[in-house]
Amino acid sequence: MAEIRLEQLAHSYHGTPSKPADYALRQMDHVWEQGGAYALLGPSGCGKSTLLNIISGLLVPSEGRVLYDGKSVNDLSPQQRNIAQVFQFPVVYDTMTVFDNLAFPLRNQGLSRDRIDLRVREVAEALEIEPLLSRKAHNLTADEKQKVSMGRGLVRDDVAAILFDEPLTVIDPQLKWRLRRKLKEIHQRFNVTMVYVTHDQLEASTFADKIAVMYQGQIVQFGTPRELFENPQHTFVGYFIGSPGMNLLDIVLGSSGVELERRTLPVDESVVAQLRRGGEGRLQLGIRPEFVQLVAPEASTLHGQVDLVQDQGTFKIVDVRLDTPSAPVIKARLGEEEPVPEGRVGLAFPAAWQRFYRDDRLVEIAP
Amino acid sequence: MKPYNNKAWWLVLPVFVLVAFSAIIPMMTVVNYSVQDIFDPSTRYFVGTEWYREILADPRLHDSLMRQFVYSFCVLAIEVPLGIIVALSMPRRGLGVPVSLILLSLPLLVPWNVVGTIWQIIGREDIGLYGWILNSLGLDYNYASNPRDAWATVLVMDVWHWTSLVALLCYSGLRSIPDVYYQAARIDRASSWAVFRYIQLPKLKNVLLIAVMLRFMDSFMIYTEPFVLTGGGPGTATTFLSQTLTQMALGQFDLGRAAAFSLIYFLIILLVTWVFYTAMTHNDNKG
Repeated sequence: MAEIRLEQLAHSYHGTPSKPADYALRQMDHVWEQGGAYALLGPSGCGKSTLLNIISGLLVPSEGRVLYDGKSVNDLSPQQRNIAQVFQFPVVYDTMTVFDNLAFPLRNQGLSRDRIDLRVREVAEALEIEPLLSRKAHNLTADEKQKVSMGRGLVRDDVAAILFDEPLTVIDPQLKWRLRRKLKEIHQRFNVTMVYVTHDQLEASTFADKIAVMYQGQIVQFGTPRELFENPQHTFVGYFIGSPGMNLLDIVLGSSGVELERRTLPVDESVVAQLRRGGEGRLQLGIRPEFVQLVAPEASTLHGQVDLVQDQGTFKIVDVRLDTPSAPVIKARLGEEEPVPEGRVGLAFPAAWQRFYRDDRLVEIAP
Repeated sequence: MKPYNNKAWWLVLPVFVLVAFSAIIPMMTVVNYSVQDIFDPSTRYFVGTEWYREILADPRLHDSLMRQFVYSFCVLAIEVPLGIIVALSMPRRGLGVPVSLILLSLPLLVPWNVVGTIWQIIGREDIGLYGWILNSLGLDYNYASNPRDAWATVLVMDVWHWTSLVALLCYSGLRSIPDVYYQAARIDRASSWAVFRYIQLPKLKNVLLIAVMLRFMDSFMIYTEPFVLTGGGPGTATTFLSQTLTQMALGQFDLGRAAAFSLIYFLIILLVTWVFYTAMTHNDNKG
């Protein structure tokens, strides 16, 4: 069990990286504290698996260091690092029984027969695979195999951390839910650091206490699910977290304040003043669909036409096409009981939920 | 009930015709020969199972069958492990891959009688590399007069000729193992022996099955190379089944006996191959 620290870590699959795009991982500093349950969330190809493989030692980073409890492990193999990792697709040792599969890492460690037996049964019970213990692994179904793979990750109780690389991809949704709960339970019981890679925000937020959102080889925000929702530090986080994602509108600072295609938006003077001090850059206004208010046309400077209503069962998503020249669509999320206006509507963005981004980074606004 | 439509039989017909001409008719001809005593095309008598009884009691057959089994056993015992070792030590990426693939394919491209001739020369003590070196080392080596040396040479020749096949099959099998298995093994802190025993060997099982069956069938039917190299000698030391059969059929024109012999030969190969197959796959069906 350990705290895992990444120091100026970067990785490139190119021999001689010259520009930022050559890097699969751009330089980052990060700390995973001992005993935490973390998720690493991001779209495919953002570098999540690369980062995970660097932490476990399957990959050697081209720059920077990985520290376990303050000690550099760059030169240590995965064997020496004593870390567990569960892969996206099940890896089982076909010729062994399920019991032997689970016991394999422990036997390699040279534990006593009694200890092994105890641990294997404990983990098998937690994953509900006790009835399978005497079966040959290659006859199992895909999700049984994945449980066995996960079991092999969980069975060692002295590991620095357990890394999960989208482990529930092959599992059907019902079971996914239960296995996530199981992992959470196991995490609480054994107090081991867990890092869980996924591209599914729901999966990330049900498993993890804190989520690191990755985008283009960088961790763009690290925070609780709530922080990610309420205060996205990066436009990507706003867009990626939430369903649907944050509305992002290109704005300019005009003579009358914040303008969206020549229409002045009702933004506080103090906010405008702070934005003006920030210098050059592409400015965007972000507002979550949950906070967009549909009002009477005469109550707002911003108007649009209701374009589409999607009923999601527990809420509705209303697309409003603004009547500005480029006609961007703003999504509003309404409760199931709320009435949906038709035709022309006015839009209001509550000041508390307006977020401003300069070149995709959040502009901190002092109250 | 749906009416039967038998038009599909027309589509199967070409296969039937092909199999009939390539397998069934020739084999039935042999069956036909094996129950007759044939002097010339117009003079023949039906003799029933007499040839079979005679063949099964023939010490010549017993001897060469014994030799054949020992030979095939040696071939498998050397070539399969050696092929696996070669495959494991082949490079996985870079320029080494095509180079080693070409080198390994070379022996497979040499015609069988040429292989015999090559080793006939290599094995000579006066001008042959192999024979000269052995004799220089003080070993009294002569494959033409010493049965032990003749055996060793035939075996070495077969190993030289065919280990590549096993190695190439195993290499393709190894290449098909996804990297994630090796990664998982590293995470599980498996030793390299454990990686071989629990990842590589199980994944190689199917190609090994093919390799073992091919090498068994081929070595059990070996004819050309020892025929060219030693002519079956010295004495009958390297006279294997197929050569005994050829002597009988063509040398003595004993068609009936030879036909009975070849059917028994065929059944032995079928039986042994079936045993191999069953032994190597029976675990698959267990829970």
